[in-house]
Amino acid sequence: MISADLMAVLPELFLACAAIGLLMLGVFRGNSATQLVSTLSVVTLIVTFALIALPPRPETVAFGGLLTMDGFGDFMKLLVLIGSGVSIVMAQRYIQREDMNRFEFPVLMLFATLGMMAMISANDLISLYMGLELQSLSLYVVAAFRRDNLRSSEAGLKYFVLGALSSGMLLYGSSMIYGFTGTTNFDGIAQTFAASAGNDIPIGLIVGLVFLCAGLAFKVSAVPFHMWTPDVYEGAPTPVTAFFATAPKIAAMALFIRVLMEPFGGLIDQWQQIVFFVSAASMILGAFAAINQSNIKRLMAYSSIGHIGYALIGLASGTEQGISGIVIYLTIYVFMNLGTFACILCMRQKDRMVEGIDDLKGLSKTQPMMALALAIFMFSMAGIPPLAGFFGKLYIFLAAIEAQLYILAVLGVLTSVVGAFYYLRIIKLMYFDEPAESFDRPIGREMTAVLIITGVFTLLFFVAPGPVVDSAAAAAATLFPG
Amino acid sequence: MDVVIVGLPLAGAIIAGLFGRTIGDRASQIVTCAFMLLAAGLSVAVFFDVAIGGNARTTELFTWINSGDFELSWALRVDTLTAVMLIVVNGVSSMVHVYSVGYMSHDKHRPRFFAYLSLFTFFMLMLVTADNFVQMFFGWEGVGLASYLLIGFWYEKPSACAAAIKAFLVNRVGDIGFALGIMGAFVLFGAVGFDQVFSAVESQKDAQFAFIGIEGHALTIICILLFVGAMGKSAQLGLHTWLPDAMEGPTPVSALIHAATMVTAGVFMLARLSPMFEYAPTALELVTYIGAGTAFFAATVGLTQTDIKRVIAYSTCSQLGYMFFALGVSAYGGAIFHLFTHAFFKALLFLGAGSVIHAMSNEQDMRNMGGIYKLIPATYGLMWIGSLALAGIWPFAGYFSKDLVLEAAYADHSAHGGFAFWLGIAAAFMTAFYSWRLLFMTFHGKPRASKEVMSHVHESPMVMMIPLIVLAVGAVFSGLLGYNYFVGDLRVEFWGEALFVLPENDTIEAAHHVPGWVPWLPFVVAVSGIGLAWLFYVAKPDLPQTFANAVRPLYLFSFNKWYFDELYDALFVRPAMALGRKLWKAGDGAIIDGFGPDGVAESTRNLAQRISALQTGYVYHYAFVMLIGVVGLVTWYFLTQAGV
Repeated sequence: MISADLMAVLPELFLACAAIGLLMLGVFRGNSATQLVSTLSVVTLIVTFALIALPPRPETVAFGGLLTMDGFGDFMKLLVLIGSGVSIVMAQRYIQREDMNRFEFPVLMLFATLGMMAMISANDLISLYMGLELQSLSLYVVAAFRRDNLRSSEAGLKYFVLGALSSGMLLYGSSMIYGFTGTTNFDGIAQTFAASAGNDIPIGLIVGLVFLCAGLAFKVSAVPFHMWTPDVYEGAPTPVTAFFATAPKIAAMALFIRVLMEPFGGLIDQWQQIVFFVSAASMILGAFAAINQSNIKRLMAYSSIGHIGYALIGLASGTEQGISGIVIYLTIYVFMNLGTFACILCMRQKDRMVEGIDDLKGLSKTQPMMALALAIFMFSMAGIPPLAGFFGKLYIFLAAIEAQLYILAVLGVLTSVVGAFYYLRIIKLMYFDEPAESFDRPIGREMTAVLIITGVFTLLFFVAPGPVVDSAAAAAATLFPG
Repeated sequence: MDVVIVGLPLAGAIIAGLFGRTIGDRASQIVTCAFMLLAAGLSVAVFFDVAIGGNARTTELFTWINSGDFELSWALRVDTLTAVMLIVVNGVSSMVHVYSVGYMSHDKHRPRFFAYLSLFTFFMLMLVTADNFVQMFFGWEGVGLASYLLIGFWYEKPSACAAAIKAFLVNRVGDIGFALGIMGAFVLFGAVGFDQVFSAVESQKDAQFAFIGIEGHALTIICILLFVGAMGKSAQLGLHTWLPDAMEGPTPVSALIHAATMVTAGVFMLARLSPMFEYAPTALELVTYIGAGTAFFAATVGLTQTDIKRVIAYSTCSQLGYMFFALGVSAYGGAIFHLFTHAFFKALLFLGAGSVIHAMSNEQDMRNMGGIYKLIPATYGLMWIGSLALAGIWPFAGYFSKDLVLEAAYADHSAHGGFAFWLGIAAAFMTAFYSWRLLFMTFHGKPRASKEVMSHVHESPMVMMIPLIVLAVGAVFSGLLGYNYFVGDLRVEFWGEALFVLPENDTIEAAHHVPGWVPWLPFVVAVSGIGLAWLFYVAKPDLPQTFANAVRPLYLFSFNKWYFDELYDALFVRPAMALGRKLWKAGDGAIIDGFGPDGVAESTRNLAQRISALQTGYVYHYAFVMLIGVVGLVTWYFLTQAGV
């Protein structure tokens, strides 16, 4: 029995053991081993990736219903691993340059990743909270990793305080749910609703659900629980921001989906209103607030808020098509964001990082290839066909129309238009303005590789969307048994 | 052969226009001139074949529009009327081409000029060979375009650009009438081919149009609309204002387009449509009044102008008026005859004036000329021939045609005929006066130009003189030779089917039987006009000033062209500008931009600033927002769920 449980969580188990092992290595070898630890961390993530992707993994529930393994979770875990792995790769050179050369950095990323995988697989309010906190605690630390830097520590502190508040809300909501249903297990909660057939839902339970949603919305940084995002994105070291923008968003989104679809699937009429509001507010704020930004990391923060708003449309529809739309959207989102942050990480003048949007002026003349790549990502984020970002939005809007969420679909299109402004402004700066000081070169082999892979994915997604679309559909299908 | 005649100018235009830079100035000139001379030669052959030999024909080229019942082909209809026009158009055009080689020899854009000239000729030929309304309209608009391009040929001159735009816009007014007339004809007859329409006219002669409560005789309405088109193109009273300004173009252009050919398109059109106009007597009456009014009005203005080209321009306007009132009294043959002779002597006068301008180093004001007849005797002599022809002195061309036109007006024995006759006589007197005023001011008296200019005065080169001589031959003999065919005993065989006159309207026949004093009167007034001019400008040179002071209001009225430009400026231009400005500022700027693009952008920017301001950086603000969010959501559920 126990061996079956362990086999089911083999990837997580391997990741946990490897992380602890690397921590030991670092402790014994000191900071001089950072590069080694970093490289081994990437290898660890690759192996974990292979352990999930390669062997056949039957759908199981492990550890007495605490964790669940299914196609949806596996797909999301793969995305998380890609986000984490690429973030560590991109961070390697940065932590050396920026005086952050400590072995704990990659190890903390590994622990955060482990927490995310636990979140994705959570099948119980307790395991949910455990995974969430493992992730969050690691992230608080990496956000403040440059502790001698005022902005970095401010970012970490803000994130920690607000994160604690959101955890409190989440726990409060969980306790109310437990109080009204008598169980913390997702299957058990679902059965309660099946028994009552959706009638006579106690208002206290709904209050609990609202609090739970608030806690999760904080993690995906949806309006009005988004306030930390711009400050933390701006203050945190850039590779950490890249990490924040990808892996934790995927994990939190997967958790959001699982919680609402599985235990609370019977309450869709209730939570749909929350998601509807949060989605609309996120799209609007993401589009408008970004216009005034002059710092590119801050701009990306608002951009990610907007993107989460679009993804939440799929959740609001509550259909298999909607969930598969989110999965496609998030896949494309991860690639676009990693590529964009790779560009941002290359914004260095005279050995100093710069973050102003105006620093991109005339990039097409000084570094045409990088300008091209950034232009591709910006066009894609704005949703211009035939780039990948267009298809992400397309599937989401299709699902919304099918589910008759016309208001959200129209709102989504309108905010895309507003959002296109600030994406296109970057392209305008790069291509039509006179060059400012050029960036340092070379940008490094690993950056070049990341740019090429993400750029080609974004540019040529439309040639063969089949694999991603089919796997996303298969992943979404596992959430809808029967 | 017809196709070749029409095609040669087009080919010349394409070669000079598109490849002018490649093949060079000289080759462009040679190609266009050679093509035009060839076309002119062929036109003479066609004239003898068609008009003298009676071989009217229509050559169908290919289908243009085939949509449902509406079928239309490009076709070349060559009958006597067209053959006459071919001679006029190609004859004058080829002479103008050759003349321009000399006149434009210092211009930098010669290939473009020759391409435009040839293009104009092509469109004019399309117009006169049309066998349906639509093709005629094509040519009609095409000559308008070419005219615009040529008036504005010196586009660095603001006055030339303004004149080009003015010509285009004023013609637009007429063209709307023409287009409406064509549409009316299509509604009435269900066809736009001339043959179909003409054969159906008699059966529709009592048809009525009803439109927004106004009912009227259909043919009259159509004919008046078509005449409005003719008024625009032929610069008749009301729509004439563009013609004097069009003199901003190079002088050969004025000779070709604004004297001999394009401006006579309206006359041609009415003659071509004689089968329709014959059944619309009211429209013909209107044509007579407008034509006579124009003849008189333009002559009075011509008396006082000082720009040599403008005098001739008003003279053209006046002569077009003669042609129109001839049409109005059903003397179509007379109108075309006058068109034919006028083309020669008016082109001669213009090109002669061009020769003078050329000699005087581009001086156009007659007050700065004088005393040059000994220096350029050949031009002087040629200008005399042109003026004699214009004034209608026997045996020059104008004598035959103008007298016939006036006799026909008299012979109509109607109110409008009488009106036209007496105004025409008055205009004839003034014509003689201003023609010799022009001659005397330009060539006689003391030199008023500077010494430097006078020292440069020289006879034009042969390439300019030969066309003048050719045209002078026409100005001398065309009337004498053409009289019998156009309006004399042979006219019935000559015109064949080309013109149509109801038997009771045959004023040309009646013109041959007017009282004995009628044919003498124009001659007498012409001679007295010349005499008066001699008295004013040679015998007593201070008399004009005294006289002008004595009748100052009249003088100013004439000098300011009856204040037409000022009137139109106040009536149309200013209100249109004011309205446009209002629509621009209030309609487009304030409302559409204000609430549309600018307004949306502005409110987006505002909203963005407000939202950004929310991000204060204080943790307790952030926490507060989160709590507000949760409280708001919970409240929402309490409110909605409590009712369930």
